[in-house]
Amino acid sequence: MFFSLDLLFEAVLFGLLLGGFYAAVSLGLSVSFGLLDIPHVAHPALLILGAYATYMLAGTGIDPILCGLLLTPVFFVLGVVLYRFYYETFEKRGSDAGVRGLAFFFGLAFIIEVGLIIAFGADQRGVEAPYIGSSYELGDYRIPYRMLAAFGVAILVTIALSTYFSKTFTGRAIKAVGQDEGALRLMGANPVRIKQLAFGIATAVNALAGAVLIVIGPVEPSMDRLYIGRTFCVVVLAGLGSMSGTLVAGLILGIAESVVMMMLGASWAPAVSFGLLLVVLGLRPQGLFGR
Amino acid sequence: MNPFKFWIPACLLTLLLVLLAYSGINEYLFFAGFVVLQGIVLASAWNILGGYAGYVNFGVPAFVATGAYSALVVFKALGAPLLVQILAGALFAGLLGLGVGLLSLRLRGIFFSIATVAVIFILETVVLNWRFVGGATGLQLTKPEPSFGFESYTRMLFAVMALMSLVAVAISRYLQYSHIGQGLRALRDSEEAAECSGVPTLRLKVIACTISGALLGAGGAPMPMYLSFIEPASSFNLSYAISALAMPIIGGIGHWAGPVIGGLLLGSLQQYVTVTISSELNVLVVGVLLVLFVVIAPDGILGWIKSWKRSSK
Repeated sequence: MFFSLDLLFEAVLFGLLLGGFYAAVSLGLSVSFGLLDIPHVAHPALLILGAYATYMLAGTGIDPILCGLLLTPVFFVLGVVLYRFYYETFEKRGSDAGVRGLAFFFGLAFIIEVGLIIAFGADQRGVEAPYIGSSYELGDYRIPYRMLAAFGVAILVTIALSTYFSKTFTGRAIKAVGQDEGALRLMGANPVRIKQLAFGIATAVNALAGAVLIVIGPVEPSMDRLYIGRTFCVVVLAGLGSMSGTLVAGLILGIAESVVMMMLGASWAPAVSFGLLLVVLGLRPQGLFGR
Repeated sequence: MNPFKFWIPACLLTLLLVLLAYSGINEYLFFAGFVVLQGIVLASAWNILGGYAGYVNFGVPAFVATGAYSALVVFKALGAPLLVQILAGALFAGLLGLGVGLLSLRLRGIFFSIATVAVIFILETVVLNWRFVGGATGLQLTKPEPSFGFESYTRMLFAVMALMSLVAVAISRYLQYSHIGQGLRALRDSEEAAECSGVPTLRLKVIACTISGALLGAGGAPMPMYLSFIEPASSFNLSYAISALAMPIIGGIGHWAGPVIGGLLLGSLQQYVTVTISSELNVLVVGVLLVLFVVIAPDGILGWIKSWKRSSK
């Protein structure tokens, strides 16, 4: 095995940037699953959907990250409709949301994935932008601009969400709704509307995260399977519903994956997130910053 | 219990299927029929943990692939016959089930389900990096000569899968009516209440998970011989997970007959769609039906029958 301090430093640096990206793609799940306790296994599929929507819109020549931003209202509405549907069919009836809710989202993920295969084919799609393909030279190290862009977006979204959740009334209500619906109702807020809003926000973040995903590299419809591991690993490691925790957990996963890739090769990378997920679930299910 | 209700019709039906494999009917029927029968085995196995106990196992591909690769290893290393391959598949997948069952000590609901997804990808990564079983490119195999006087190996595999469905359905039916099934249903409704009433919840979950895993592995074990080929991407394919989940839900979860009904209907429909339209659409059909049933008929076809019987009384 080839090993040097220099390489390790490079792997950690790359891992940090990759970690910011993992945090960005997990933030939506941190809201929908972490705060609202919805078994949202279709989150990675919606992320890929966001990437493909960006791909379509970027065809007109608009910058991909701007496309992601432009798509957020569309995804917000999609999220609101999806939650409304989930509420009417499962939460309202209280009909064994355990098995059937999971089956619903799992089925939905498959429908999105196969729908994308039928619409776009199974091969990879990518976008073009001035910052894709070039790198910033820092001494001996080369930092790709696309990684910096992803990292920047991740930081901005994390700051925006955590400010929203701690400073505004509706933001605090979203944090409260997962803990005690009854108390929230006494405060004069309608829990269903709050959850609907939160799920809308979680889905809207996916549009932006999907744009970042396609900026980082080309996407293909079946990629959502890998991101089940990465997003759930980050959210569980963070502790459910903690936004700043999500950023830290993303960085940990990014560094872990990058170091393993350097030491063992790229073919072991997918096992890192799933392995870390199992370890966290087994040893510390409440995560690092758990409530 | 009245043997006319289950054992005699079930054994006759299996015998009929086995005899059919000796007849001169077109080979393709057995090639497709194998998949339908395999679906019944996998769905019945899934139902033991998912339907009776309410623990959703998304890791079906991990168990199927463990069965398939165990069969491959004993075949390649020892030249073992099919029966030994299936037993090896059941053994190793059963051990995996034991491990996953122990996970349920701490993990419930979606956490358990996500952990089972993790098992798929971790095992797949190990197999991808394991040279002996062909790594990422896989291995080509030559089917041995069929035994028991079958005309072709595919016909023999069809007959074997028919017998395995009988065994899987019989086990799942036995478990449903035994104290194990009662205990699992109790813990599905409330794990705390079951524990307080003296139900040994962890032991029952581990038993259910081990049996379910062994059956899933047995169902996957003939795959290398069936395809004359094995590779990780198709062995660990998540479509096994969605089929094994959709079949019991369409038929009606929690009852042994649910996976049989769902498996027959969905399995035949999938074969039909694959042949007439495309294999992509085949996965789409499963996804759409799963979501439709979960939303419109949460208790599946058995639920319909039950409410129809009630209203006609």
